[in-house]
Amino acid sequence: MSGETAGKDAWVQIHAVLLSPEQRSGKVPNNTRAVPLEMWVHGFLLNDSARVGDEVEVETAIGRVVRGKLCNCSPAYTHTYGRTLPELAELGRHFSVLKNTLQ
Amino acid sequence: MSSSVESYEAVMARKGEIIRNAVGIDYSRFESGSIAFDYEGMMDSTGYGFEEVRSIQQRYGVGNTPLLELRNITALARRHAAPGKGARIFLKDEAANPSGSFKARRAATSVHHARELGFTGVIAATSGNYGAAVASQAAMHGLDCIVVQECYDSRGIGQPEIVEKARKCEAFGAEVLQLTVGPELFFVFLRLLEETGFFNASLYTPFGVSGIETLGVELHDQMRALTGSAPDAVVVTNAGGGNLTGTARGLLQAGARDTEIIAASVDLSGLNMADDAHFNRKSFTTGHTGFGIPFTTFPDRSDVPRSAARPLRYMDRYVTVRQGEVFYMTEALARLEGLERGPAGNTSLAAAFSIAREMDSSQTIVVQETEYTGAGKHVQPQLAFARENGIEVRFGDPREEVPGTSIVLPQDPSMIAAQDLDLEDLKRRYIKHAVAFAHERLDHAAPASASGAPGTRGVLSFTEADIEFLAAETRSNPDAVERMLREE
Repeated sequence: MSGETAGKDAWVQIHAVLLSPEQRSGKVPNNTRAVPLEMWVHGFLLNDSARVGDEVEVETAIGRVVRGKLCNCSPAYTHTYGRTLPELAELGRHFSVLKNTLQ
Repeated sequence: MSSSVESYEAVMARKGEIIRNAVGIDYSRFESGSIAFDYEGMMDSTGYGFEEVRSIQQRYGVGNTPLLELRNITALARRHAAPGKGARIFLKDEAANPSGSFKARRAATSVHHARELGFTGVIAATSGNYGAAVASQAAMHGLDCIVVQECYDSRGIGQPEIVEKARKCEAFGAEVLQLTVGPELFFVFLRLLEETGFFNASLYTPFGVSGIETLGVELHDQMRALTGSAPDAVVVTNAGGGNLTGTARGLLQAGARDTEIIAASVDLSGLNMADDAHFNRKSFTTGHTGFGIPFTTFPDRSDVPRSAARPLRYMDRYVTVRQGEVFYMTEALARLEGLERGPAGNTSLAAAFSIAREMDSSQTIVVQETEYTGAGKHVQPQLAFARENGIEVRFGDPREEVPGTSIVLPQDPSMIAAQDLDLEDLKRRYIKHAVAFAHERLDHAAPASASGAPGTRGVLSFTEADIEFLAAETRSNPDAVERMLREE
């Protein structure tokens, strides 16, 4: 399967709009009320095959069936330790000098 | 989730019934009909005494975490303190719990209770460490788990710290629903409770909060063993108030009546937690004033009718620290003490470093938690993310930091200075909320009836029990409460 399509039982990510801007609570700030309430969840694809953007059903990690649009056929955890900040390197040098003076 | 659309209002109208079914507690039993409710009665209603809670936790690997003395950080604090000042700083290494934070204590009794009641699964609404704690305990008990988290802004950009917590929950086998910003998370949560019939492993039930009492007792016993006496002060990172409430109750049970209980939150003043545009302008997703102050002044805003987390009852002092100060101290903990831990858990460390310098060198102060660290949930990615989102990151005087605009790493450790919040002001705000909440409930119980002209408010009269309750809630006396009520 390419990155754009997935077959039955593939572990995928889906997306759904749960509340449109008009359906949202009256108690949220304007910036939030201007946009929908969206949801993402991972699961096993129940459709025989689907393309990104198709309305599909998945079975989640606990076996619940959830509907949404297929948004990722090969989801991955992409969070990292981030780029090195010069300020943090500098802070490291500050502590390495300091540590020799404390005992 | 079914595709049939039910309105936000329709689901919210059923919240009382949904929550009652999902926590197995009839909260009306503890209500007096006016402001007062029987807090201790509710706390006792779990049916689990302290020893039973402790034995459940031991069975599932929770608690008995190490207490460590931070000798190098103490030496650094003394270098920047007046002669004879600089309390010994200790730290309770709660990252050693199975899920990497003290939240395992909170989850242990809840999940155990859910299984005892015959629930097949548990749900928690949290973007924090609590999700991982519930997921971990559910895995141990063979229960299903769903975690609902507020994770992304409307551009689909996730807070790295929250994305990491989603990964951790999934690692324990949980289903994680990731939502965009907004308080309607509660609506999604209610629909899930109805659909699945799972237990609401709320952070705010007596099960959750009583689970933290063991932390207070352990901390006390370990300090006695190490130093010969109870600690002079304990600093607790404060968000929803449960951490402080449970720890303080445990310390009191252990007999530590003179220990000063200090709350600490990261100063995020000016940022609105429900605002899509502010969501990714903060570098702390919990332990901050955006939760700490609202929950301290109105604990019953939580996801249960009456919160078991009532921090003003136990708080002697409430301070704020800045994001840059917490990041600095997180680096100090790694570089000077050899302990690499997550930034949010070090909020109380930054506060303790400042407060220790005011205290005598013969005194002791305990930082009451740490949390795990990893990709996304670490100084480096959190600061890199801030910079990518247009936040200025620089060295300087932390007092120049503006939440949502800049993060200022202290040029020098002497600049780390916890700022006191006005506790009397918080108490007045608490009273104001309590009165408004009672009015709301009165109006709900008897909407404009024949007894009153249309639009008139039900009359709220304060009983002696109400005054006593408010005095206990605010750690003040009946006279002070009457005065605050008159000012209302």
